[in-house]
Amino acid sequence: MSGGAGERGSGAPNGPLLEIADLRVTFATAEGSAHAVDGVDLLVQAGETVGLVGESGCGKSVTALAVLRLIEHPGLIAPGSRVRFEGRDLLALSERDIRSVRGNHLALIFQEPASALTPVLTVGSQIAEVVRTHQGGSRAEARRKAVELLREVGIPDPEERYSSYPHQLSGGMRQRVLIAIALACRPRLLIADEPTTALDVTIQAEILELLDGLQRQLGMAVLLITHNLGLVAERTRRVYVMYGAQIVEEAPTEALFAAPAHPYTQGLMAAVPRLDEPRDRLAAIPGQVPPATAWPSGCRFHPRCRSAFERCQAENPPLLECGAGRRARCWLVEEPVISRQVAKSPRTGQGEGGRAA
Amino acid sequence: MSPPPLRRAWARFRAHRTAVAAAVVVAALCLAALGAPLLAPADPLAQPDPVGLQNRPPSAEHPLGTDRFSRDVASRLLYGARVSLGIGAAAALLAVVIGAGVGLAAGLGTAAVDQVLMRSVDVALALPRVFLILLALALWEDAPAWVVVGLIAVTGWFQTSRVVRALALRLRESEFVQAARALGAPRSRLAVRHLLPHVAPAVIVSATLDVGNIILLESGLSYLGLGVRAPAPSWGNMILEGKDQLLSAPWVAVAPGAALLLTVAAFNLAGDGLQDALDPRTDG
Amino acid sequence: MPTYLVRRFALALVTTAAAVALTFALVHLAPGEPFLAGAEERFVPPETIARLRRDFGLDRPLAAQFARYVANVARGDLGESFTRRRPVAAVIGETLPATLLLGGVALALSFALGLGLGVVQARRAGGLADAALSTVALALASVPAFWLGLMLLLVFGEWLHWLPVAGMTDAVAGPSRGWLALSLDVARHLVLPALTLALVNAATVARFHRAAMLEALGADFVRAARARGLAEARILAAHAFRAALAPAIALAGLSVPALLTGSVLVESVFGWPGMGRVAYEAIFARDYNVVTGVTVVAAVLVAVGSLLADIGVAAADPRVRRA
Repeated sequence: MSGGAGERGSGAPNGPLLEIADLRVTFATAEGSAHAVDGVDLLVQAGETVGLVGESGCGKSVTALAVLRLIEHPGLIAPGSRVRFEGRDLLALSERDIRSVRGNHLALIFQEPASALTPVLTVGSQIAEVVRTHQGGSRAEARRKAVELLREVGIPDPEERYSSYPHQLSGGMRQRVLIAIALACRPRLLIADEPTTALDVTIQAEILELLDGLQRQLGMAVLLITHNLGLVAERTRRVYVMYGAQIVEEAPTEALFAAPAHPYTQGLMAAVPRLDEPRDRLAAIPGQVPPATAWPSGCRFHPRCRSAFERCQAENPPLLECGAGRRARCWLVEEPVISRQVAKSPRTGQGEGGRAA
Repeated sequence: MSPPPLRRAWARFRAHRTAVAAAVVVAALCLAALGAPLLAPADPLAQPDPVGLQNRPPSAEHPLGTDRFSRDVASRLLYGARVSLGIGAAAALLAVVIGAGVGLAAGLGTAAVDQVLMRSVDVALALPRVFLILLALALWEDAPAWVVVGLIAVTGWFQTSRVVRALALRLRESEFVQAARALGAPRSRLAVRHLLPHVAPAVIVSATLDVGNIILLESGLSYLGLGVRAPAPSWGNMILEGKDQLLSAPWVAVAPGAALLLTVAAFNLAGDGLQDALDPRTDG
Repeated sequence: MPTYLVRRFALALVTTAAAVALTFALVHLAPGEPFLAGAEERFVPPETIARLRRDFGLDRPLAAQFARYVANVARGDLGESFTRRRPVAAVIGETLPATLLLGGVALALSFALGLGLGVVQARRAGGLADAALSTVALALASVPAFWLGLMLLLVFGEWLHWLPVAGMTDAVAGPSRGWLALSLDVARHLVLPALTLALVNAATVARFHRAAMLEALGADFVRAARARGLAEARILAAHAFRAALAPAIALAGLSVPALLTGSVLVESVFGWPGMGRVAYEAIFARDYNVVTGVTVVAAVLVAVGSLLADIGVAAADPRVRRA
């Protein structure tokens, strides 16, 4: 199935827009093989906003890169992995075909707006370039579209700004330009990797508003990758939680925040300061994220988990159903009776592991 | 901030096979130069048979043939190695000493001293080095070797001073230097005891990479008749003497040129390897 | 940007002044009388020496001499050549174009070669082609330019008889040919000396540019460009190469001194009638006015080259302009 821009896959109209199945990515390092992504399954439906949450080092950014096949040496996507976008396996496409998907039907926004723009070219020309690459047309047309896009993302004086260089713009403006580039060809899915982390707090809200508005306007699906639970709570319909190169919990957002099933998710939420609950100190998850070259045996979270028992050390649990549209990678789902051993903590008292829905 | 772990640097250098091979070649060349009196088949200045032995091609007796003065080329090559390597090493050493001195003074001194020194370096870097050396050598007829060394060194320390200055500036603000100063250590003591160990690796790399250029420069000067002069053999003046017999006796000019190529390449490669091993930036 | 250029221009002036001062000092601090042109001092009667000193203004105080020299240089008067009995400026004026031609062509050629090699090596970094090209570059950077010239001369001039071995034009054919024939003739003579200089310099350029391209190719913006679906060729040319261009132009400016050095040697090997060869001959003829004149002109060329490179860098890298 080859072709230029505009060709669609033959996925059923009701099928998921993006379907990641058993994605594995390893990096060859001096210290051994680093398993950065180890069997990730993820779905995004058309028009949906999905969150992918986790700390740094859990593999979420690598997942995003793998979707667009941007993993480079010494990284390698394992042969058994599948990434279906609109029914087509992106990992099996030719170079030309994957290029016609990138930036066109599927766009990616990186974390650091400062370094994602080429410093020696004007911002306008970089937008126009993408337009011309995927939609053809003359230089003048591309320029016009670029100016329109600049206006769309809320940059004042777009005609003037077209000829600005990246270093002449503030961080927030640069991110707007990157959004303009990403949305130039009206992609059906936008993967936003920490879109606001590198920006000032006041600008963050503006950028998020912008993204919201554009998403509604374009009917676009968004995969929001972040470590910021607050963002995810407000904006997503479903959430995946990642730890140790694997998905450890997936749930509809409301349900997740109401009652997180996996101890890691519980720990993450406990660590967020809340105004409505007086507390003496912030609960931190003990220990540190282990290196990707040496994931612990059994459940990868068990060394840091208060509710761990023998089985956790021996076997790594698969994702187990624990409610409507919910799964958690935790033995407590199957063996709730052990919940007696769970130490009580102010926050987790409510949603202990093992609560059957 | 501790000095780059020497053991790790050594391990990195060892892993870089071509650099190690180059270092071995450099060592071999130095040994050959030092051992010239023992290794040379003949006296480099001797002309045993002025007419009969002129321009003989390589043979068992004369492995690289003879030149137009019927001198043994191989012997002259070995003795010429002494000149090239000797001048190269001496000038490189002197140049980095001057450069390090100026760099430390600029990096540790007051802003005024720094500005004055570095502006001078900027200007000096822009001067045409070879023309000044040529002029000086032309004015000083029959200059002895140490003058050549001195001239080359005095016109070539600028890059080292910049590198050392940058290091000194960075280290100046580091904690242990501040601690030493708080304890009342005078600046000179700071420079020697605390900073030299940090500066040394960069200086060694700089010196090694310089040697190659200096050898080429000296050979060029000798080729023009201004460096080491006949009859004392230098690779440069051997090429000068051989260029008129290029067709009839090519070995006279080819041998020293090949020797130069090999020597400079070895120094460059070894210097690169040192730089990779000692530069923390290339770490993993 | 204007302040940046003004600063560089001021630096260029200072450099030239320093070169002038330095050469003046060198010449006047040297023992012996400069105008004797090799004649033994003791054979010349003292009255003659005294008279010659007066004529050349050498009996005045050093400061006054320097002031006069500087004033002269500013006017374009570089003194008179002792051996040729002509103004130095005229001698240099006649031979400078030949050196500029050789140097200019060599610079352009070395950059065409070096940049191309750098890009190819960066694309295939770590592979066999990369290693092979690096070896070639190492050899070229380690070879004495004059020897390389001799070897090329041997192979292409003597053995193969493809190219002429000396001079700038064919002396036999004479100057009365049409300009096209003359140009072709000069071009034929230019090939070997320019190639010699170019090969040696290309090695440095290639090595440098390889590193610059690798850095650019590894940068985030290149990955971001790939994520937008741009073709590799376009990313290489429009993004990575453009980003690595400014350092390359800076390198070109820095290459000027090396090319001037090389020209002295190469011109003598190939008998190219340029400024370098004039300087060389003047050194042995003890014609110090010529040598100082050439040194000053060389300093000016270096300064001008540096300045042009700075302008080029500012044009290639917009981030520099605000300095």
